Amino acid sequence: MDSPLRGRDPPPSWRVVVESCFGDIPVFSNRARQQQKDGSKATEPSTPGAPAKGKPRLLLMGQRRQANIPKHIAKSGSGKSSISSVVFHKLPPNETLYLESTARIQKDSMASFMDFQVWDFPGQIDIFDNPTFDIDAMFGEIGALIWVIDAQDDYLEAVARLNVTILNLQRTYPNIKIEVFIHKVDGLSDDYKLDIQRDITIRIQDELSDHGFENAPVTFHLTSIYNHSIFEAFSKVIQKLIPRLGSLEAMLTNLCRTCRFEKAYLFDVLSKIYIATDNAPADMASYEICSDYIDVIIDITEVYGSWPRSKGYRESLEGAPWNQKLDDQVASNWAESCMVLTDANRPIMLREVDKYLALVAIMKDDSYDKMPLVNMNVEVVVQGLKEFFDITKPK
Amino acid sequence: MADLEASTPSLGAMGGDVRNEVKKPKKKKVLLMGKSGSGKSSMRSIIFSNYIARDTRRLGATIDIDLSHVKFLGNLTLNLWDCGGQEAFMENYLSQQRVHVFSNVGVLIYVFDIESRDVDRDMATYVSIMSALTQYSPTAKIYVLIHKMDLIMTQVREAVFMDRVKLVRQKTAEFLQGSNFAGGDVDLTPFATSIWDQSLYKAWASIIHDLVPNLSVIESQLASLGVLIEAEELLLFERTSFLVVSSWTSDEGQNNPTTDRQERISNILKHFKQSISRFTGTPRNAEQFTLMEHKAGGRFSIFCLKFTTNTYLMVILPPGEARFNAAKLNCQIARESFKFLDGPISAGGQSSAA
Repeated sequence: MDSPLRGRDPPPSWRVVVESCFGDIPVFSNRARQQQKDGSKATEPSTPGAPAKGKPRLLLMGQRRQANIPKHIAKSGSGKSSISSVVFHKLPPNETLYLESTARIQKDSMASFMDFQVWDFPGQIDIFDNPTFDIDAMFGEIGALIWVIDAQDDYLEAVARLNVTILNLQRTYPNIKIEVFIHKVDGLSDDYKLDIQRDITIRIQDELSDHGFENAPVTFHLTSIYNHSIFEAFSKVIQKLIPRLGSLEAMLTNLCRTCRFEKAYLFDVLSKIYIATDNAPADMASYEICSDYIDVIIDITEVYGSWPRSKGYRESLEGAPWNQKLDDQVASNWAESCMVLTDANRPIMLREVDKYLALVAIMKDDSYDKMPLVNMNVEVVVQGLKEFFDITKPK
Repeated sequence: MADLEASTPSLGAMGGDVRNEVKKPKKKKVLLMGKSGSGKSSMRSIIFSNYIARDTRRLGATIDIDLSHVKFLGNLTLNLWDCGGQEAFMENYLSQQRVHVFSNVGVLIYVFDIESRDVDRDMATYVSIMSALTQYSPTAKIYVLIHKMDLIMTQVREAVFMDRVKLVRQKTAEFLQGSNFAGGDVDLTPFATSIWDQSLYKAWASIIHDLVPNLSVIESQLASLGVLIEAEELLLFERTSFLVVSSWTSDEGQNNPTTDRQERISNILKHFKQSISRFTGTPRNAEQFTLMEHKAGGRFSIFCLKFTTNTYLMVILPPGEARFNAAKLNCQIARESFKFLDGPISAGGQSSAA
């Protein structure tokens, strides 16, 4: 029953599994070696090459970078490894500068509400030229391909390579979703960002329609690891992989209407990716505050929830004047939290759903007084969410 | 140090001895000194102006002396002198402005950059500052901050810090012997700090702690409140800086293995204040929240409420819904007894919590 929102003993449960399915590529990355060490400790390394059943997969691909030269000297890569380190390993963004180039495929398994894998491809490998790749094993499972383009660099080559990849994939796997992250847009002006996005979109769509693919499932996101945009983009990608997302959203929308919430998010606590939200227009600011609030609760819990109280002390708490078992004294076994902002007295509420998920919502002005009622409604929705995940979970 | 513009609350039996401190002396200075680029203005901005660490990159060099009056807890005004550290300025302080700068100093905060290449020179400057200080303000308290510790590898941090402190102490002792300083030993408190983690809050909380008037009254009242509501820990924060003014911990709470928890909580809440200000679009020095509560199932509960005008109170409780609600009510009632924290004079703040 360890939980980041109520107290836990060991640190987060990311499992890192590095598999050597491409023995012909030399290892020259310290990071890979380091992670291999971690990987040996991982509890259940999946068999090399064989895709784990029912695990959606995200493939991170992008343009190459000169291998084996530290980033601050060489022209840097498009930022694939930085993205996966920041999002899935909680690396502070400014430390990604020291990441070495990825030499082999990094496979990170994410233990979450829905186990999915993230594969980080080295930029210098061209999968369609290399006969050792089992394309079928790679793209056979439903998932998404994330193509990272460095917006601060000359992106023509990257766009050309992306076009080749999409064309190759469209023939055999028309269902795979292609998500283009136009990356490193921090520091660019808003106008320039949109210009780049328009330019890239047109280049790709023209090329695809020339080859007879209209309406290919390609989506574009503007991202940066220095703000929340990368999490927002990942959230949108993950949401496409959730079966019956519509019912999930309907539940949240209903809750928002009943309790007069401004906005509600269902978060994956460890990665801060939101897997569903209500149908009110999403804005970055409310996502940021909810995500930061989770951080606050996790941090405070780490300070006060991670140590066991002595037995005698707990027993003394069950005595007079309460005369009740400690377990009976608490109203809910799940973490419940709330913060009232001075600004218009708006509360933000958080409720733990299960080990991985939490519901965070921004409430309307002055609704703190109705908190008990809100908690009851939230409880009902949480039960509904649990049933939902029971039904949709892969069997 | 309580006479730094101290106030006299009429606290009846509890604070009988505080009454003698009616005299209102000239405000004493807090000098912030150290070599140029060592991070003096950065830390000042983070603690008192709600900057976050990466914002401090925008700060330019301090020219001459940056004077600021920092309001703290309503009735305590810090007369903070942030002294630009370039050599030309330093020489100026030591010669022409010597009396102006070094007289009537309450606290000297001297910042050393751990990455400095020329340690001998730093020490020489430090010693000349000390000589001026002991000449004009022999009673001043001295804090030595060894700054930018985040640049040192974690494994050797402690050793490097101890080493540097030893050197500073040795230089100080040598100087005192040489100058036949009348006041005997100088009281010197060292801290290892970095703007990138909570260590900065630890240093400043302890500097501020010594300046707060009526500390013993606050402490004893906090303790009686804590016992009454069966809390594990109480933390009293100042409103804008979120530095811990005072705290109380129960016997059980003392077993908490996280020893740096006070400064960690300061750091966490202060960061979140920035997030709220971005969200609501209010200025970052403004008050951002009135209440926070978190019930972690059967493990613990916590709440942090706007307490008096200038303080927040954080209460860590054992689990239990009834206990939580009762404690919250009791803390609201107890506000009355802590009113003296806000104004210079308060009448009859002597009702105990129900």
